[in-house]
Amino acid sequence: MSPHKGQQSQHYGKIMTGSEIFVRSLIEEGVEVVFGYPGGAIIGVYDALVDLSDINHVLVRHEQGATHAAEGYAKATGKTGVVLVTSGPGATNTVTGIADAYMDSIPIVVFSGQVPLKLIGNDAFQEADIVGITRPITKHNYLVRDVRELAKTIKEAFYIASTGRPGPVLVDLPKDVMAQKTTFEYPKEVSMRSYNPTVEGHTKQIKKAAELINAAKRPVLYVGGGVIQSNAAQELMALAEKLQCPVTTTLHGLGSFPETNRLSLGMLGMHGTWYSNIAVSYCDMLIAVGARFDDRVTGKVEAFAAEAKKVHIDIDPSAISKNVKVDVPIVGDVKKVLQKLVQMLNKLDTADWLKTIDQWKAEHPLRYKQGNALRAQYVLHKLGEVTKGNAVVVTDVGQHQMWTAQFFTWVHARSHITSGGLGTMGFSLPAAMGAAFGRKDLPVVSVSGDGGFQMNMQEMATIVEHKLPMKIFVINNGFLGMVRQWQELFWRRRYSHVELYNPDFVKLAEAFGCPAMRVTNASEVEGAIRKAMEHKGGPFFIEFAVSKEDNVYPMIPAGQTVNEMLDTPESVEVGADGEVLTDEVKTLSKG
Amino acid sequence: MTQPITAAATRPSNGEQLKKHTISILVENKFGAFNRIAGLFAAKGYNIDSLTVGPTEEDDTSRMTVVTRGDDQIIEQIIKQLNKLIDTIKVVDLTFESFVERDLALVKVQSTPETRSEIMQIAEIFRAKVIDISPKTLTLEATGSQQKVDAFIKMLKPFVIKEMARTGRVALKREFQGEV
Ligand SMILES: Cc1ncc(C[n+]2csc(CCOP(=O)(O)OP(=O)(O)O)c2C)c(N)n1
Ligand SMILES: [Mg+2]
Repeated sequence: MSPHKGQQSQHYGKIMTGSEIFVRSLIEEGVEVVFGYPGGAIIGVYDALVDLSDINHVLVRHEQGATHAAEGYAKATGKTGVVLVTSGPGATNTVTGIADAYMDSIPIVVFSGQVPLKLIGNDAFQEADIVGITRPITKHNYLVRDVRELAKTIKEAFYIASTGRPGPVLVDLPKDVMAQKTTFEYPKEVSMRSYNPTVEGHTKQIKKAAELINAAKRPVLYVGGGVIQSNAAQELMALAEKLQCPVTTTLHGLGSFPETNRLSLGMLGMHGTWYSNIAVSYCDMLIAVGARFDDRVTGKVEAFAAEAKKVHIDIDPSAISKNVKVDVPIVGDVKKVLQKLVQMLNKLDTADWLKTIDQWKAEHPLRYKQGNALRAQYVLHKLGEVTKGNAVVVTDVGQHQMWTAQFFTWVHARSHITSGGLGTMGFSLPAAMGAAFGRKDLPVVSVSGDGGFQMNMQEMATIVEHKLPMKIFVINNGFLGMVRQWQELFWRRRYSHVELYNPDFVKLAEAFGCPAMRVTNASEVEGAIRKAMEHKGGPFFIEFAVSKEDNVYPMIPAGQTVNEMLDTPESVEVGADGEVLTDEVKTLSKG
Repeated sequence: MTQPITAAATRPSNGEQLKKHTISILVENKFGAFNRIAGLFAAKGYNIDSLTVGPTEEDDTSRMTVVTRGDDQIIEQIIKQLNKLIDTIKVVDLTFESFVERDLALVKVQSTPETRSEIMQIAEIFRAKVIDISPKTLTLEATGSQQKVDAFIKMLKPFVIKEMARTGRVALKREFQGEV
């Protein structure tokens, strides 16, 4: 918690402008850092920042960078991320980040400038109906029409963003409203008759769930980002250990359960481990915790955990029975529900089940072949080994994202950050920057593809300016790799606009003032990663020039079942490189 | 087998299969509250047969009445999604309660001296009122259940309806369990 948090009662009762109230309100909320970009409609608020310098404002280089930075900060710290932008283009540039935060339930509050109230609707200069534009992608949004509503609105915005199922809230601030004056008073509490999220699970439902689980022979815990949001990793561990129940996590659940534990199955879903998907299809009891049965997890819904009774614990009632009908739904905060549930459970005899799973792990580990050409999997495998999982790793979207999820060994909650729901390329660099502002205890590593890096690379300037000790890795395969993979596997290798003409990434990073190196050989990987980890006083950039045409396996093609799962082919061909693969097979099993 | 739930938008919108539900939504009377609800139905592909909005007994709330169609799972999602909106105070599916409902229609129907009395007779049967008259038209106001108003309009169709406006259904839970 920030030292500012709490009342600034010496300021209560003073007459202030809306802009001053805004800054004071952020201090009341304990906001440590704001990611923003000024402009005409918000210039009054920026003026108030001059005298109230308690707030650390970070000038990003593009407003999309600001929203992703706020997301990264929020995911890495559990606090609410804050964005401040101007009207019109400033506000519309935040849209992708807001949509991303909405899909992934990330608490951020975006403050946008707006043209004066009396000009709204006139197609005024830099006017955009951002409240209308963001209505379907925010948890809630506001247009402040009266300065006397401002403090209360800010209080509500933070409350709504961070409670229940978290999400983005936008507050639109007309220029004239912010210039009006009123007495400053910050409400201590929020009372909204229309918003009361359920946190305590229903005892009767929990009992019903316990009865089902106690009768299970082959249970699996299917765990999503809700466990991390609710800070329930400990409760999850207690439950899994007591039941002796294997645990598989979604992409957002990575880190909620240490993958070094025997009970870990790693990630499930389209690019999940072979054994996690098989275990789910054979289990007789599926305990879904803070997960939402996303189509990238279930594949063909009818065949997903078809043999299993299902319990679903989630804070969001609308996530229940949305995609899959379950036997026992429990609405509530995951942490509280797990605490109650664990007391009603018996130790199950899962010895045979675990033995079967161990056998599956041995027969079908994650695999890749490391030859002369450098493989992305090897880089990410090494990153996990060198850091021993002690890093916050922020990925972009594509093959490198899946390989990182697979080959890094996740042990800490809040150590894995990615854009899952929206799948936003360009997410990693600014989100990692946000994470680096919030986390000083662990190194922050940004892993991007060569495509995605170029979508928000302008934030290199912000990162260098603030000397953030980040490790910035670009996995350069010269392709929009994931799309190329789909074209290869499902579109008869008719490659359409997936090969990238790239800049010299090392020179580019250096132009931003960031020390940089290129790695082209497997033998250099470990040394380079160590060098980056040891680098102090600012960011360090590495381009890994990896083999160009490589695929992510296992893969369950979209909408299909485990029966259609493609495991790593026995002989992995690396087409364009013409590499002969007589090389070492590397394997990794989670747990 | 796992029971899948398919998206509302991809399901048959065949009115015969999908049950009609009348849902009453009490919301904070705030800027944009109506848009949020209309937008939700559009974004999720839910059916709207009618949607009405108006003030209530309290200054700071509005009541919306939505008539929608869907199977049980879709209706369950609609209610959950409505509840999820921050400004929503209360959502009641009146379909499971006994409720009173009214729909109001203004119908401008073509009339000649020959047809006028016949039209007026129909109006009388439906207890509709004549609210405007011209040499070539009659404008009638009918209030009642949706079915009654539908029937009224059906009866007027042969005379040629020139213009029509309907409010859509408004409804309240019934307190007295019997006919008044
Ligand atoms: C903003 C955006 N545009 C397009 C896509 C579709 N898409 C998904 S993965 C991908 C390729 C990413 O390429 P790269 O960043 O090089 O990563 P790689 O798959 O090669 O590791 C694309 C284009 C997306 N997810 N986001
Ligand atoms: Mg690439």
